[in-house]
Amino acid sequence: MTSVEQTDILVVGSGFGGAIAAYHLAAGGARVVVLERGPWLSTDEFEHDFILGSSSTRIFEFVAGDGMSVLGGNCVGGGSVVYFATMPRAPRFVFERHGSIGRRMWPAAITRDTLDPWYDRVCEALQVSLQSWDEVTYEGGLWAACCNHAGRTANPLPVAIDTAKCTNCNWMMAGCRFDAKQSLLLNYLPAAVAHGAEIRPLHEVQRLSKSPGGGYRVHYNVIDDEDYRIHTGSGEIDAKIVVLAAGTAATPVILQRSEPELGTMPHGVGRYFSGNGERLNTAVMNEERVREVLGLHRGDGQAYQAVQIGRGPSVASWDRLDPALPEFSRFSLEQLYFPPGLGTILAQAPGAAGPEWFGPAKKEMLRHWQSWLTIFIMSEDDNEGVFGPPPPTGNAVRISQQMLGQGPLRYRPTANTLRGWAEADEQIRDILERDGLAKVLPWTSDVVGAYTVHPLASCRIGDDPATSALDDRHELRNHPGIFVTDGSAVPGALTVNPAMTIAALAERAIPGIVAAAQQRDIRVRPGAPVPASTSSAMPAPARVLAGQATAARRAS
Amino acid sequence: MTLEAFADTLVPGEQRFPGDRAIAGAAPGPGAVAAGAIELLETPATGVTDGLDNYVQALNAHAVAYATEHGLGQDASVPPFVALSFADRTTLVKTLTGKTPAGLDHPEKDLWVLLALFCFMAFDTAAHMHTVDAIASGHPGLATMKFAKPDADGLWRFADYSYRRPLARIHPDTIPSGSLP
Repeated sequence: MTSVEQTDILVVGSGFGGAIAAYHLAAGGARVVVLERGPWLSTDEFEHDFILGSSSTRIFEFVAGDGMSVLGGNCVGGGSVVYFATMPRAPRFVFERHGSIGRRMWPAAITRDTLDPWYDRVCEALQVSLQSWDEVTYEGGLWAACCNHAGRTANPLPVAIDTAKCTNCNWMMAGCRFDAKQSLLLNYLPAAVAHGAEIRPLHEVQRLSKSPGGGYRVHYNVIDDEDYRIHTGSGEIDAKIVVLAAGTAATPVILQRSEPELGTMPHGVGRYFSGNGERLNTAVMNEERVREVLGLHRGDGQAYQAVQIGRGPSVASWDRLDPALPEFSRFSLEQLYFPPGLGTILAQAPGAAGPEWFGPAKKEMLRHWQSWLTIFIMSEDDNEGVFGPPPPTGNAVRISQQMLGQGPLRYRPTANTLRGWAEADEQIRDILERDGLAKVLPWTSDVVGAYTVHPLASCRIGDDPATSALDDRHELRNHPGIFVTDGSAVPGALTVNPAMTIAALAERAIPGIVAAAQQRDIRVRPGAPVPASTSSAMPAPARVLAGQATAARRAS
Repeated sequence: MTLEAFADTLVPGEQRFPGDRAIAGAAPGPGAVAAGAIELLETPATGVTDGLDNYVQALNAHAVAYATEHGLGQDASVPPFVALSFADRTTLVKTLTGKTPAGLDHPEKDLWVLLALFCFMAFDTAAHMHTVDAIASGHPGLATMKFAKPDADGLWRFADYSYRRPLARIHPDTIPSGSLP
């Protein structure tokens, strides 16, 4: 009989939820193994290239669902490698939201005040800083000027970016080639490895079962390095504690697939999914009006024409984050860059017969791409998303070699969500079409439904067992020893970029996980310090690269 | 020819030669076909390459049904979708990628949206080529969008990126770290 590999703590996923847990538990002395479904790329592998098979498709995932498409990371470092590193804290009113459940969605133990110390830790670890106006990009500056012209305020955003190193290349979604973005490859993950945590890329967890020793057995497939549709092997590891942080679009799927062996899952597993109320509008700016009305010029004869220059979002308007407004009416309006391809197909042009996402008018719009300004709505949606039966493996049926898949998520926006979006669209139109500055339209929702880059809440914390999968310590109800620390644990839409809050919640969950580990006779101590930051992303160890190459050879 | 006509419906372009049937000539300048839509669809990494013959058959079957429904004459010299006018191609593609009059998704919508996505990507990302090569060779989509050139090492850097002055009042409740309370 072959013996199954053993570890103290098995972490599924290496994004914010996984990396933070892996660091603290390894630093505390536990044996930690991290299984990550995506590849491990080094800084010099983050390419400026749209060709299929470059880092832009290797580390990024687009999963189409029924009415909701989810965009996310797929690599060691998870979302932190592909994100825009925008790090605001969630406003106080967010923690008081009721959604549609008739009671506070968040656990009583969590308010903005109780979360602030954990936010502080994340700020220190990721070196979050507030951009000055000198650092705000042309796109952000233009959005600020438009807001100001319309009598609104606009804020430079706090970011986890070393702006001295940043080249404003706007290739952030393909990974940062200049080590300017403070991804988890520069802090928590190298610190975890330094304390003995072992990270295994291209290991996709499929399900959990009970292990003979009283813990859990984690079943995984090994994924081919180039063609993610191919599995090159499979295996099992037994652990006393499992930390699930596979991402909001994957964590509930793993639990659903585990249900026949683990027993009934809490009602909240795979329900209450939130797309963070996200929606996009794209404007084509009138360069002359930008110059005349706003007095903007770049000093080289151009007023704007700078959509390609920058680093994702740099300015947001927060006037509608007003606690006095009714729920579902509060939202951020944030300037955003989205690269061509996924960032252009759904934008709509004013056509002869109404808005058109393809055809001659759209092509004319593309001719003015350098004058585009895209505004990102983050609002209060209604946790409408529900996951259907799991696909055979992973969280989606992979269509393309990389990036594209079809997942089981179904989302039908309620009247509450639709009202918030309509109000936000109208605010954007009022700001951008004033005095002929631009023509603006929302992206079409007819083609792929809604979409989000910030999926949340598919396995959420709460006090009410009927509407939350996890207790306020992030432990899965009725399944002791399984913790969930990724975006799926966040109870609902945050009205701002969620990475800060996901990371702060993961930090907050650690003492509870350490206590649970100690109860299972794992030698682990609490209280690890904030991890040191390194100046360049941690490359994959040689043995990991050798393993990837072997797997690729086996597949070919 | 059928796939060319589909790609040309999404990002239309000028005809390549007099009498070009696949490309309708509905917009000036090169479109998705000239940008390499067929090359991209024939790249196995897309995951659609093995299904292209089925796509062609299905699209032409939809075109026959459309022509019959609208009492349009048949032209046997080209595939049925190519025989449609640009306006009719547009209406049919809208039907396949959008909602039915009852507000329901077309049953094959996911497949057609996938095909449309790659046609767009051929034009606005040249996803079948290394981007630096695409720019160096004057790729028509990236040229249309005035996609900036990289530095000599093939990486993009923009030294000038900011208006470098305050351009709005910030939210009055902003705390020192830059968030709202």
